[in-house]
Amino acid sequence: MTLPIHLQIVNLLAALLLLISFAMLSQRRIIGLVTLFAWQGLALAVSTALVGWATGQHHLYYSAGITLILKVIVMPWIFYALVKKLDVDRDVEPMINIPTTMLIGIALVIFAFNLALPISQLAGTVTRSTLGIAMACVLLAFLMMITRSKAIPQVIGFLAMENGLFFAATSATYGMPLVVELGVALDVLVGVFVLGIFFFQIRETFDSLDLKHMEKLRER
Amino acid sequence: MEIYWLLGIPFAGGIFLALWGSRGFAPEINALFSLLTFLAAVWLTVRVVSGGPILTANEWFFIDPFNVFLVALTAFVAFTTALFSRPYMRIEQEHGRLNTARLRLYHSSYQIFISAMLLALTTNNMGILWVSMEAATLATVLLVSLYRTPAALEAAWKYFILCGVGIAQALFGTILLYFAAEKVLGSGGVALLWTHLNEVKDQLEPRVLQLAFVFMLVGYGTKVGLAPLHNWLPDAHAEGPTPISAVLSGLLLNVALYAVMRSKVLVDGALGTDMAGNLMMGFGLLSVVMAAFLIKRQTDVKRMFAYSSIEHMGLVTFAFGMGGALANFAGLLHMTMHSLTKSAIFFAVGHATQSAGTQLMSGIRGLIKTCPTIGWGLMLGTVAILGVPPFGVFASEFLIITTAMHEHPWATPFLLTALGVAFASIFGKVQPMVFGETELARLPHQPALTPVFVHLGLVLMLGLFIPPYLAAWYRQAAQLLGG
Repeated sequence: MTLPIHLQIVNLLAALLLLISFAMLSQRRIIGLVTLFAWQGLALAVSTALVGWATGQHHLYYSAGITLILKVIVMPWIFYALVKKLDVDRDVEPMINIPTTMLIGIALVIFAFNLALPISQLAGTVTRSTLGIAMACVLLAFLMMITRSKAIPQVIGFLAMENGLFFAATSATYGMPLVVELGVALDVLVGVFVLGIFFFQIRETFDSLDLKHMEKLRER
Repeated sequence: MEIYWLLGIPFAGGIFLALWGSRGFAPEINALFSLLTFLAAVWLTVRVVSGGPILTANEWFFIDPFNVFLVALTAFVAFTTALFSRPYMRIEQEHGRLNTARLRLYHSSYQIFISAMLLALTTNNMGILWVSMEAATLATVLLVSLYRTPAALEAAWKYFILCGVGIAQALFGTILLYFAAEKVLGSGGVALLWTHLNEVKDQLEPRVLQLAFVFMLVGYGTKVGLAPLHNWLPDAHAEGPTPISAVLSGLLLNVALYAVMRSKVLVDGALGTDMAGNLMMGFGLLSVVMAAFLIKRQTDVKRMFAYSSIEHMGLVTFAFGMGGALANFAGLLHMTMHSLTKSAIFFAVGHATQSAGTQLMSGIRGLIKTCPTIGWGLMLGTVAILGVPPFGVFASEFLIITTAMHEHPWATPFLLTALGVAFASIFGKVQPMVFGETELARLPHQPALTPVFVHLGLVLMLGLFIPPYLAAWYRQAAQLLGG
């Protein structure tokens, strides 16, 4: 069965999203990571808008708009400013070397597809096949958070995870009710601001954004 | 109407204090706003108790006996904590640990935090519940790092990242819930409203709800501090200012558990099995046992009581996991007792660490000689939290354990051992702090210990006698939880 062209584009964008997740895993510089994050946001916004157009769910336009403004413009801009001001654009220093991380990533994708299989069979939405990809993106972002020792990459991992969740919401259910989406977006935005303040505090105290300095509080 | 006051007052307080929070009178304003919030909560409680559940403002808010009880508790502890924080924060300022800008941040975030928790408790929308839980985390991140010491920053970072990841799982759970609900209720606004979901819970697709519950339990469970996701909790409690430790431990953990319980009711309806309850029992038991053995190794007094919070939240989770009217009743009672007692302990501990100048237990000695009220407060609080009769914690723990013996006898040895270990280690450590030899100095401000004794008095009263209307109210709430 061939899909209509716009759905094929949605699938293409989904694949792109996954690809960007892998690219983030392999990225060694923070600025590059921020750029990739912006691209991921763009792919997400376009696919959300397309799904909205294809299914006539007009509230998806709003969420696409929010994504575009927050994740493609505002947040990357904040991160660029932060990186510049804090002067931290060096290597992201993964704790596990990058090829190994990629291999773990592949295993995670397989796991995600298996997990999503029974649910996507239940989904009535035209985009159900993308649910597995959304889940894979969440897991890959999670992996990135675990394997990075610097503060900014960890946060970008966190936001990429949020992207994955958002994509899951769009592909499985055509998006959450608008109020909820607005609330989530507000939380994420406030979160980034809080973190911005927080980075300066960390930097002031530790003279670095490397979280390896922060290993005093172990479970005793 | 009440609901707008309840949510509006702390929110307005947050804005007001953000603007004028650095003035000298800010602690009093903070207490005043908390008092007004408490009065609004009392008003609401009276209405719900006399008139039954309220569904208001276009079905946006839903208040039944279960959450109104938590609303009242939250507003009460928030008020007493604000009273306690008045002299406490002044002393901190004089010790040079804080400046006025940080005090403004502190007061403003405190009110916003209370407002977010009250929104989480009263909202009818599972999505907004998530949003406000996340808002409550964000409001407290900068409070945990308020002292800007390396340890405080690390604790705040851990708190943010772990709770952030955790709560992201809960968002995924919520998405799955919406996904299942949408098939029955149609897409759009009503599909996430708890009252609607509750009506059609037996038609929701069980396989999806099962997965959704796992994600929600892991997500909100991180905020409850359930082992093995509890790592952030001792650090955040130990490094933040003590009033924040008191509200995190006494209130936030309850609100997170409330979120789990709201989802459990739905999942139980959809599945018709004990899957949700069993999972909760497992996590609860693990937390109780793990925390009890970790308590033994603590040297920092606030960390020790933080682990004790994990233990007690584990116990409550276990009770709710068992389900049934009696276990739910015991769980609710234990939640109340733990909130009141643990915040009282943190108040006493806060002043004790201030007069000793350290949080290490080896540095705090002989409180009874220098500041008898602090010493007695700490001792009585400790005795109460350890479940010595006639305090209320004894009543609730007794109920939980007897129910466990009856329904799940295999769990009782674990529970009893854990409680025994916790008793021995906490009592052994607090005893010299209160009665040892000392050369501690006196505090520059009169410590606010009225809240300590008010809380302990309530716990004592509830241990000896639960007024009939209160018992009826708990019973109603326990029934709502079903299971």
